[in-house]
Amino acid sequence: MSVVRLPGDRSVRFHPRTLAVGTGCALLALAVGVLTIGDGDYPMSPAEVLRTIAGGGTAAQDFIVNELRLPRVVTALLVGAALALAGALFQSLVRNPLGSPDILGFTQGAATGALVVVVAGGGSLALAGGAVLGGTVTGLAIYALAWRNGVHGQRLVLIGIGTAAILTGVNGYLLTRAQLMEAARAVLWLTGSLDGRGWDDALPLLAAMAVLVPVVLLGCGRALHMIEMGDDLASGLGVRVERVRLTLLAAAVLLASLAAAAAGPVAFVALTAPQVARRLTEAPGPNLLASMCTGAGLLVAADWAAQRLFGGHQLPVGVITGVLGGGYLVWLLAVERRAGRI
Amino acid sequence: MVVTESAQVTGAVSAAQAVPMTKPAGTRNAVRAAGLVVAVLVLLAVLVLSVGLGARQLSVGEVWHGLFGDHSAASTVVREMRLPRTLLGLLVGAALGVAGGVMQALTRNPLADPGLLGINAGASAAVATATGLLGMAAFESYVWFALAGAAAVSVLVYVVGGGRGATPARLTLAGAALNAALFSYVSAMMLLDSGSLEKMRFWTVGSLASAPAATVVAMLPFVATGLVLALALARSLNALALGDDSARALGVRPAGVRVAAMVAVTLLCGAATAACGPIVFVGLMVPHLVRALTGPDLRWLLPYCAVLAPVLLLGADVLGRVLGRPGELQVGIVTAVLGGPFFLYFARRARIARMART
Repeated sequence: MSVVRLPGDRSVRFHPRTLAVGTGCALLALAVGVLTIGDGDYPMSPAEVLRTIAGGGTAAQDFIVNELRLPRVVTALLVGAALALAGALFQSLVRNPLGSPDILGFTQGAATGALVVVVAGGGSLALAGGAVLGGTVTGLAIYALAWRNGVHGQRLVLIGIGTAAILTGVNGYLLTRAQLMEAARAVLWLTGSLDGRGWDDALPLLAAMAVLVPVVLLGCGRALHMIEMGDDLASGLGVRVERVRLTLLAAAVLLASLAAAAAGPVAFVALTAPQVARRLTEAPGPNLLASMCTGAGLLVAADWAAQRLFGGHQLPVGVITGVLGGGYLVWLLAVERRAGRI
Repeated sequence: MVVTESAQVTGAVSAAQAVPMTKPAGTRNAVRAAGLVVAVLVLLAVLVLSVGLGARQLSVGEVWHGLFGDHSAASTVVREMRLPRTLLGLLVGAALGVAGGVMQALTRNPLADPGLLGINAGASAAVATATGLLGMAAFESYVWFALAGAAAVSVLVYVVGGGRGATPARLTLAGAALNAALFSYVSAMMLLDSGSLEKMRFWTVGSLASAPAATVVAMLPFVATGLVLALALARSLNALALGDDSARALGVRPAGVRVAAMVAVTLLCGAATAACGPIVFVGLMVPHLVRALTGPDLRWLLPYCAVLAPVLLLGADVLGRVLGRPGELQVGIVTAVLGGPFFLYFARRARIARMART
């Protein structure tokens, strides 16, 4: 832990390694993003890509980069960051490395909302709205059910898993009610895909993150550090535990739902990114900023792999993150078991 | 940590023995046997109901004639459609109920359920591989994949959750994470091939509707072996509930019993999932409801589970047929929606919350 003293009796504390990892992951995510933009049927060098983004390309380059490829990469970066932040918050609040929104029912709620729209025959904007609404309602329901003199992490886990199981049944029912074409579209959405994402997918998420990220990082970051030491100790140190927890849960549910609205519930980013960040930074605490940067890098890289690694066959990005995350999960279970944390 | 762990174990054991044991053993066993007879009668009633109710209503007399009389419209409905479906429900229900009871005893975990801990999902993922990549369509060919998938996950869950340190919440969470991983694989398989999507989207929900009579015959040996093995293990699992040392003193080899119990769970869950898709909560609910009747003795608990779990599953199936008219709700959806609140109620109860907190 390093401290920088500022004039006027102020000081800033930071963890140098965390800062280095965060910066490194952010730079890596941007670099992969630039490479992804340059890669495709119309190949461009990274220098050309950067020049075109800055506004100095030809008309054709400008169209390809700024209208077709950049929105997709920006969506990937934002969705990755949002999911990772939501995952880091959940993992910290329920005190378990496996507590992520895709396991605790919030993502299933977003999927239920979206599937209702699909069965009713709504368009993509209504689908996004349905996802946000479904995720939020599910979040409220889980919070209300888990409430008993405060929300305890483990009770939240059990209630969340039960809700996830119920909603999985409901989702399966909705899927059987849809026509085959719509069912295929719904399964594609449920897997998580970035195909054909434009600015109108990226901008709502960007606006929401511009509000939520400062609230979480600056408003509640320190309090979350305290809560990790235990509720009693935190309230002894002057943290309003229940209020902070409600704020952070609301922020995490909104982030996960909005990310699902933009790209579908991409599996396992929320689970893996905070864990990868924690192992890279070797820092205690929730590691919120480093998790965001890791998540963004993870999703951009997975999207590049999904587009390029399988020859002519383009897979949705959720397949890559699902398979990677599944393998990672087995390893994590083994390690956590050996350490006696599961 | 050591103190809290032993507190959990004693908590689980004392909770399991909550039913007071005041009556003499002879009277108690007579009551239990009478209860089992009543349960079998209830099962028979539900079987008749399941054959009779549906898109075309049949009276008890028509069911009788359909089963044993000459060829008529009713006999076609009964023999070709309702009877295989009902028998499938009987086998799957018994398999899931007994598997749930064995798993709860084996992991000493009140929230253990083959659906929640990912064993059914493991079988699903293997079946998805067999139908999607290898193009298998017959139950006899992909049931072996289902068994392999169920075996792999049950070993994994046991390795993760079999230790003394696993609290109910943590084991459930590990299972849920495995579930999520395996189902994202299943949906990837469905996405790569729209032909398998058409078949799988009904199968992944859990349905008794589409089973031909051949499937029922094919799964019978697996389920029968699993049931016999589980019932034979009841006594040894009872001894194991006292702890490994006491079990050894009673002449039981803990490692051997655990392996045999996992083989039984694998046979039961793998065959059930291959036949009608992943079904959650049956294996959780039934042993808990039965324990209130019989107490923790597995020699009585498992037979009761084998009789009452089909009552629940077929009841859910009939309910789905009645509610979803003129179509029907798949039985997996009904059990998830009915069983979910049961799980939520159970998770909110003070004792589980206290166990989870330590």
